[in-house]
This record gives sequence, structure tokens and C-alpha cells, in this order.
Amino acid sequence: MGDAVLYGLCALACLLTIATIVEIGYQVFSGAHLAFSKFGLGFIGHTRWAANFDAFGAGSFLFGTAVSSLMALLLAAPIGIAIGLFLSMLAPQPVRAVIGPLVELLAAIPSVILGFWGILLLAPWLNKHAEPWLHGTFGFLPIFGSTPTTGASVFTAGLILTIMVLPIIASISRDLFLTVPSELQDGAAALGATRWETVRGVVLPSTASGVTAACFLGLGRALGEAIAVTQVIGAGNAIHSSLFATGDTLASRIANQFQGATTKLQISALFYLGAMLLVIGVVTNLFAQWIGRRFDVQRSVAR
Amino acid sequence: MTDMTEMLFDPAAPLKPSGNLRRRQIVNRVAETGATAAAVLAIAVLGIVIFAVVAHGAAALSWHFLTHNPPAFGPGGGIAPAIVGTVVIVALATAIAMPLGVLVAIYLTEFAGPRGGGPIRLVLDVMNGLPSIVVAVFVFGLLVVGHGQTGFAGSVALAIIMLPLIARSSQEVLLLVPATQREAADALGVARWRSIIGVILPGALGGILTGTVLAVARAAGETAPLLVLTSIAPPTVGVNPFGHALPNIPVYIFTLSEQADPQGFTRAWGAAFVLLVFILISSLGARALLARSRSKISR
Repeated sequence: MGDAVLYGLCALACLLTIATIVEIGYQVFSGAHLAFSKFGLGFIGHTRWAANFDAFGAGSFLFGTAVSSLMALLLAAPIGIAIGLFLSMLAPQPVRAVIGPLVELLAAIPSVILGFWGILLLAPWLNKHAEPWLHGTFGFLPIFGSTPTTGASVFTAGLILTIMVLPIIASISRDLFLTVPSELQDGAAALGATRWETVRGVVLPSTASGVTAACFLGLGRALGEAIAVTQVIGAGNAIHSSLFATGDTLASRIANQFQGATTKLQISALFYLGAMLLVIGVVTNLFAQWIGRRFDVQRSVAR
Repeated sequence: MTDMTEMLFDPAAPLKPSGNLRRRQIVNRVAETGATAAAVLAIAVLGIVIFAVVAHGAAALSWHFLTHNPPAFGPGGGIAPAIVGTVVIVALATAIAMPLGVLVAIYLTEFAGPRGGGPIRLVLDVMNGLPSIVVAVFVFGLLVVGHGQTGFAGSVALAIIMLPLIARSSQEVLLLVPATQREAADALGVARWRSIIGVILPGALGGILTGTVLAVARAAGETAPLLVLTSIAPPTVGVNPFGHALPNIPVYIFTLSEQADPQGFTRAWGAAFVLLVFILISSLGARALLARSRSKISR
């Protein structure tokens, strides 16, 4: 009797969880129905977003999402992996016990606070010092091509996202590096390898798939971040080749316009953006899980 | 040949790396310095952000700021409604997510076999990876369209964000409960459900609670769902989440950060200080407890 009740409760909770996921997909896609029937798949690539003219397209937000997340990933992956190596191989035990939790604490800072700090302190600083220097030195590259105007830019958003992604990659890769059998590392050392050669030859190759999975989990976080990006990216409507111009991402456009949306079509267009984000986010995450499971089954990547 | 080696090998020379070995050691040193610098960079960013919040926020903090309503019109005043609203929304979200999360975890560890739990694990992974703004859009379509914003809608969204975190951490602790305890209960002829409720859950309780506190710390700072679901709120202290939107700290900070008002910025720093202190204390405390209860269980 009691067994059946407890089993029933647990099964019910599981069913509720599954139903929630199904319902999320249903609600988001059905909310997008109006915009989908009007714009079709062309919405995804169309770059004009003018609420007054009932013209909506996701193209420039898709571009902004891709550029800001990619920038975050390119910066956070090497730094995060380096932190993972430092924490697992280099630092003495007492240092590890302090630095490790501190790096994870970076992930606990709410995005709204990070974004607030970003727009008030980081953006003006970047605008005054870092961006002019990058423009002056690497101005021949299109991504640093335009002269910085205000601090609100795709560049600032990319840096804020880097800060958010960094602790994820760092802590997962540290856990991975700690699972590399010490026999292998001792063997490399016995052959006369330096610590770096051990890392290059033994540690990184044996954890490569897990580290890739960690990077994709970080990417998923960056793709879906709405608030901090809204605060620093400047809500631009157009595609610019330069990082110093304003832009917008899928998530931040939804967060930015949901309150002020007036027409049904605009709300539906925002649901359409949400549906795109849902697909991108879920695919990225499942891909990360899949890499992690497919290539090294014993190691638990996803935490 | 022998002449050559004798010529090259000078036993009196000091033992110094040369040529290739020297290059390898330099590369190694560069790599070690880079890894250390990366860690220092991350800590520096953490320090800079926390310092900024503390330095600017302390200026705004006062007893009046924490305990008073903002005026009905215009800027100024305190954040009492936002503090109370955040507490109510997060408490309700915890009340929804914690029982569900623990039950799902019990199902995964006690009832589902190693293969049976696959779909549930997949669903939890998907749920964990959902962008919070998508959850917000979902709850908007489910509860807000046609009914208006409520604090409850915000709680539901936060509960969806917390559920996979609680389920996963609970599952990890349940797995740590020693098999000998289960076997002892079985040997005494205790029914399955009584051994789960009387033996296994109490053993894992510390870990489940700390996992929940970590999820609360995560949910308390979530802004995107609250912005969509409970942002247009009366500026008074309210504890009923069902009638109307509740003011809350994350939306308070976000709204002020979007306005170009230096006085508002000061108040937003103050609110950020309150939120950050709560989150840092709870997540640090939970981690310390987690480490303790883990070592206690596995003994």
C-alpha cells in the first residue's frame, strides 16, 4: 500500500516534469503561430524589425547572438581551460581550496548585477581605453573597423558573456583534468616530459571531448543570456561588421520589448524569437551532453 | 666516434640545460605563467565586481532605505516592497520545486532502473539548459495572457529553473547513502517506502537542503522571467502573490539601470548590494555545509 503511494507520487512528479517540457514547446510554438503564418521561415533571415510598420525579422538578432556568443566562447575557452589546468595540476592544495570556490562564485553573481556593473563601469572604461587602442592597432580588421561611439556595444556584451561563461568552463574542465589517471601523467614525467608536455600529450588529448562538451555548455549559457546583454548591447536593429557598434540578440530583444509590445503580431514575433532560441538552446545543450557521453562514457561531464 | 664524444662531453662544465631542453623549459614556464595569470584574472574580475557593488551600494544603504516604500509617484524612497516581494516569490517557487525535485530524484535512484531513468534524465538536462527567457515566454503564454501579471507566475518560472538543479543535487546525495543502510532496513523486513522515508531520506537530508539553498541562490538573482511576468507592480509591500504583480529586487535594479538617473543608479547599487550579500552568503554557506554532509554520509 505505502509502496504504491510513494511510487505513484514519484511517478506523478516525473510525469509533471515531462509534461512541463512538452507544454513549454507547445506554448512557445503556438504563441509564434500568428507570426509564422504571416512571415513563414523567411522571418529567420529577414533583418528589418520595425514594430510601427508590422515588419519583423530575426536576422540581425541571430547575427548578434552568434557574434556575441562566439566572442565569449573564443575568449572564455582558453582562459577557462587554463584556469582548470592551474587548479588541477599547478596550484598547491591550500591555494586550490581557496581559488576553486572563488571561481565558482563568479557564476553566482546575478546577471542583472553584472550587466549593471557592465553598463556603468566597464563600458565607459572600455570606450575610453580599450576600444580606441584596439581600433588604432588593429583598425584594418573589419571587426575593429568603426570608431567607438558609446560603451554600449556588441564588444562589451561579448566581454560580459565571457565573464558569465568562464566559471562554467573552468570548473568543469578542472573536474575533468582531475580524473586523468596519475599513472599516465607519471609515465609522461618519467619519460622526461615537462609539465606542459604532459598537458599537451596526455591530459588534453584524453579529456578533449569533455572539454569540448564544457565549451558547448558555456555556449548554451551565452546564447540564452537576456538581461545582462540587454543592459550593455545598446538594442541596435542593424547588422554591423564592427564589434564597437550596437546590436541585439534573440534573448535580449525578447526581454527588452516584451513589456512594451502593443500589437498581437509583435508579441507573436517575440514568441517566434523565443521558439528559435528554444531550438538553438536545446540543440546546443543536447549536443554537449552527446559529445560528453559519446566519447568518454565513464566520465560525468554534465553537472 | 669516441674522439667526438670525448670532445663534446666536458665533465667540468656546470649542469645547465642547453639547446632543445632549454627551449622546452622556456615553453613550460610560459604555459605555467599563462595558467596562473588566467586564474588571477578571474579572481580579479570577481574582486572588481564585488568591490564596485560594495563601494557604491554602501553609500545608498540606510535603515530607511531597507524598511520604507518608494513614494507613490516619482523617484526615491526605499526597497522594502522589493525585498518582501523577492522573498515571497522565491519562497513560493521553492515550495513548488523542492517536493517535485526530491520526488523525481527518489524515482531516479529508488524506482527507475539504470535504464528506466533515461527519459527523465534527458528531460532534466533539457530543462536545465533552457534559457530563462524562454521559460519566461512560456509562463507568459500559460498564465499571464488574458489574466495579467502575477507574482505567482514569476514563482512558477523560477520553480521551472530550480527543479532540475534540486533534482540533480538530491539524486547525487541519495546515491551517496551507503548500501549497507538499505540492506539493514531490508533485512529487518521494513517496507520499501518506510525505508525510503525513515532511513534513506533522513540520511540525505543535509545534502538535499544544501542543494535547495544553492538553487534558491540561483533563482533569487534571475531577472528575465520576473521582468516578463511580474514587473508592473504597485510600490507597496504586498505578500499575496496571486492577485497582482509583486515588486522584486532584480526588476528594481534592471528598471533603474535602464534610466539615466544618477540618483536612481545609487539606489540600484544599494539594491544590488542587498541581493549580492544574500546570494553570496547562501551559496558560500551551502557549499560549506555540502562538503560537511558529504563527508558525514560517506563515513
